[in-house]
Amino acid sequence: MVERVSRRRFVAGGAAVLAGAGLTGCATARSAAGAEGFGTATEPFFGPHQAGVATTPQAHALFVALDLAPQPGRSVRDALEAVLRLWTSDAQRLTQGTPALADTEPELAQRPARLTVTVGLGGSAFDRAGLSHLRPPTLSDLPAFRTDRLEPRWCGGDLLLQLCADDPVAISHAARVMLKNVRSLTRQRWRQAGFRNAHGADRSGATMRNLMGQIDGTVNLRGDAEFDRLVWDDGAGAPWFAGGTVMILRRIRAELDTWDELDREAKELVVGRRLDTGAPLTGTRETDEPDLTATVDGIPVIAPNSHVALARPRHDGERFLRRPYNYDDPPPPGQTTDSGLLFATYQRDPATQFVPVQRRLADADGLNPWITTIGSAVFAVLPGVQPGQTLGEALLR
Amino acid sequence: MNHKIIRTITALTAATALLTTACAAEPEKGPMAEAVWVKDQWANAADTGMAAVFGSIANTGAREVRIVGGTSPQAGTVEIHEVVADDSGAKTMRQKEGGLAIPAGEARELIPGGDHLMLMDLTEPLLPGADVEVTLRFEDGSTLPVTAQVRDFAGGNEEYAPDGHHHGDEGGGGHHHG
Repeated sequence: MVERVSRRRFVAGGAAVLAGAGLTGCATARSAAGAEGFGTATEPFFGPHQAGVATTPQAHALFVALDLAPQPGRSVRDALEAVLRLWTSDAQRLTQGTPALADTEPELAQRPARLTVTVGLGGSAFDRAGLSHLRPPTLSDLPAFRTDRLEPRWCGGDLLLQLCADDPVAISHAARVMLKNVRSLTRQRWRQAGFRNAHGADRSGATMRNLMGQIDGTVNLRGDAEFDRLVWDDGAGAPWFAGGTVMILRRIRAELDTWDELDREAKELVVGRRLDTGAPLTGTRETDEPDLTATVDGIPVIAPNSHVALARPRHDGERFLRRPYNYDDPPPPGQTTDSGLLFATYQRDPATQFVPVQRRLADADGLNPWITTIGSAVFAVLPGVQPGQTLGEALLR
Repeated sequence: MNHKIIRTITALTAATALLTTACAAEPEKGPMAEAVWVKDQWANAADTGMAAVFGSIANTGAREVRIVGGTSPQAGTVEIHEVVADDSGAKTMRQKEGGLAIPAGEARELIPGGDHLMLMDLTEPLLPGADVEVTLRFEDGSTLPVTAQVRDFAGGNEEYAPDGHHHGDEGGGGHHHG
């Protein structure tokens, strides 16, 4: 009896989906519901750069920071090497839909859904492993910004494990495998899960909308030339680091209760873009260039202290890759919501790219009353590997 | 992982070079080790005592091969073990009589809860992320060196057979790494 009921419900649900697809006339909706689904899609593991940076953002992300904590008798450097060896093996298998060695749930590995694994080292890892002389000069701590309200529980870390996929099950499995394999070598420091629109909910490549309702990340890097110039390290400061990049992860809490108090016009004025289309207040389409000189009755259309006006790079060298995810976690007792942005950026040199922009924003951004940076961490994302190589091999050689 | 395969292939090539001359008289019956591929091999971490080695062993040759033992610089001896259920259903681990036979063209999986290699009397701790070298010995005396990555693993805690000469509480489980 139970079976019959659930079967009928299933059939009814299917019909509703088909009807929906018919109404919108969306052909892709049908192909996305094909027999294979998107779970079998993979991203390449091997290459000059690690995946998960230039990769078209997947729907889900998990960022885990760990500290090296080897058992007595094992050096920090030895532990670091062991972690990188285990993770290289796990990553190249799991991202391609192959169970890890010693995988106790191999079936969960078979649908990676574009899983990427991205590994980075914090500055503290170089110091603790006796590798300070090899630390990339671009891997420096960020200066304190005026608006920072940093909580230690979201800051720092010797190691970063970034997992992204279009299916959260693939991320959970990869995280379980990769974290338990290093449990005698590390201690987890923090863990931040993020999401964008579900796979297929939006057209591919659409700019994501954050939980404040804004289209977020319109101006971003595109194409190999921009990545080579602005994201990937060229090895000038530390030859082993060529092909790597520096990642910044800022946890930015959205103050939604007070944000609610603004009307739409005020929200758009604060940011300098329209909420519906993401177009600048001086344009009609998302991709239109904001005109910061336009005025009406002598008053700038886009306020000089709007988010758009201040975030705009002053020159090409202030641009960097933004790859943010939303977060929405259980709030503290008595509060309604704890959500915001996991603002992940990737750049060759934070000091010349990220810091000047962030300083302008911290000093004057009209959006500041409604956003609070509570976490911050910087990692050297290791260069990519070829078959037979281990992540960080050039560093530890 | 792939470098392990490459190393295994290298080892296979080396073994072939060494053994080809000895068996020139019967090329259709080359050394057993020459027909065998090992992949996905790993060992469970242990500080002392013993540690298991798992993986997939394929016989690409035209006749059955039989692994009868092995050696490792990190272990006193290397044995082939099996896990069997008694009348009550309880599983025990014991040395596999006659070693591990792999029919022509077939593969055998060495898995927790099934057949596996056991490194006995470890001479040093097997630490997660490190490598352990194991040389498989075949019935015909040919050998195959493999490198297995050591991994922290909680499973496969079967008891040893009462008449076994091993100590069931001595390593193997890897729980102490948790």
